[in-house]
Amino acid sequence: MSETVTLEVLRYHPETDSKPHFQSYTVPYHEDWVVLDALNHIKDHLDGTLTYRWSCHMAVCGSCGMMINGEPKLSCHAFLRDYRNGVVRIEPLDHFPIERDLVIVMDSFMEKLSSVKPYMIVEREKPLSEGEYLQTPALLNVYKQYTQCINCLLCYAACPQCALNQDFIGPAALALAHRYNLDSRDGGKDQRADVVASDEGIWECTFVGACSEVCPKHVDPAAAIQQTKISASVDWFKNLLPRGGSA
Amino acid sequence: MARSNKPILWLPFAAGGLVAALITPVLILITGMLVPLGVLHLPYERMAAFAHNPIGKLILLGIVALPAWHAAHRLRMTAHDLGLGSGFAVKAACYGAALVMIVAGAAALLAV
Amino acid sequence: MSRRPYVREVRRAWWLGQPRYVVYMIRELTSLFIGLYSAWLVIGLVRLAQGRTAWEGFLAATSSPPAVLFQFVCLAFAAYHSITWFAVTPKAMPLTLQGKPVSGNVIVAGHYAAWALVSLVVLIAAGV
Repeated sequence: MSETVTLEVLRYHPETDSKPHFQSYTVPYHEDWVVLDALNHIKDHLDGTLTYRWSCHMAVCGSCGMMINGEPKLSCHAFLRDYRNGVVRIEPLDHFPIERDLVIVMDSFMEKLSSVKPYMIVEREKPLSEGEYLQTPALLNVYKQYTQCINCLLCYAACPQCALNQDFIGPAALALAHRYNLDSRDGGKDQRADVVASDEGIWECTFVGACSEVCPKHVDPAAAIQQTKISASVDWFKNLLPRGGSA
Repeated sequence: MARSNKPILWLPFAAGGLVAALITPVLILITGMLVPLGVLHLPYERMAAFAHNPIGKLILLGIVALPAWHAAHRLRMTAHDLGLGSGFAVKAACYGAALVMIVAGAAALLAV
Repeated sequence: MSRRPYVREVRRAWWLGQPRYVVYMIRELTSLFIGLYSAWLVIGLVRLAQGRTAWEGFLAATSSPPAVLFQFVCLAFAAYHSITWFAVTPKAMPLTLQGKPVSGNVIVAGHYAAWALVSLVVLIAAGV
């Protein structure tokens, strides 16, 4: 008898269900399978109605985030062999509305992301004749880790402040703002501050640190937010001075 | 959305966190263990002399006021985490208590 | 097909759901004991201002068994505050020296050294 694993998956079809409910599936165990492989097996052989997002199957696209035994993980990054004992409980990412089965509504995140102006805002536009905006490797290293975000939303699922306040801009968006604020070629910190340094921005954060713990790309959004708190506080006091600060 | 005025609450919170981390443990050791055990006596003359000095007053106020503010801000945030909301009552209770402590401490130091 | 997104409830005791959240709550609770001990110090300052008899009364009060027990609990939480505060400082204030990032361990070790130094200075000033 070959080994099997039992998955309890949260199902929700709005056209027929009034609320979500768990459904059990038994899949074959393979040493090299990840949870995503088990879900694909269910969809291909057991229940074609199961709906979930996935793409790269190698933890770079950020599509397959879900709650696995209560922990936000990429399903392509969670090995079945680590869940051999007991049941694997699979639910959509916490703190987001459920669209269908394991698919969440992420519109709020898309708005929050664009609200922090995640693009280069240069202080002075240079004509092409003046050449490129130069940056040394040392200057790149200052912000490089904050470029690694794959928008997988595991950090939003882990963050209790995201649970308590739906308007919190959130770890990934704030980490990306920090990426640009730290970039030597950028001069847009002040323009981002109305959102980043608002009550719904960095100030909602209480440094739980769960976001950084679950991040599959080691972006460390918690660090980004704390550094931004210090920088925003300094700017706030500078702006009290007659000539204004960095404005 | 507008820039928040939180920095005015947060900077003393951060300073208080550092002061509490570096100084509060040894103070508790003194008043909670070394004085009860008789290892330290903290005689009135010495304490009053220190508190009489303006620098002494500032130091004594700092080691009380900054950790008190740190606690107030942090407990206000924790109240929100515990579902008690972040309304006026919570803010008044937390920052109010800290302000009472700071004013009482300052008044006492001025009177020494 | 009609959409009907389902919003899941947030429990009031959400923080009991995961060990990392319980640890976070304990960490935040340290500030309660720091606040309570600061109140005790304020009482001490007030007694100091009231004169010798009042001050010596405070010294006796702080040596009483209930006060010692309370302060022992405060000390445990205060120490935990120090440990957790130092541990996160490198994240909030990364340091660069001569273009190279300073290791987080060095920043943390520096804080422990400062903790030891400050404690020693205070103990000496208090008359040890």
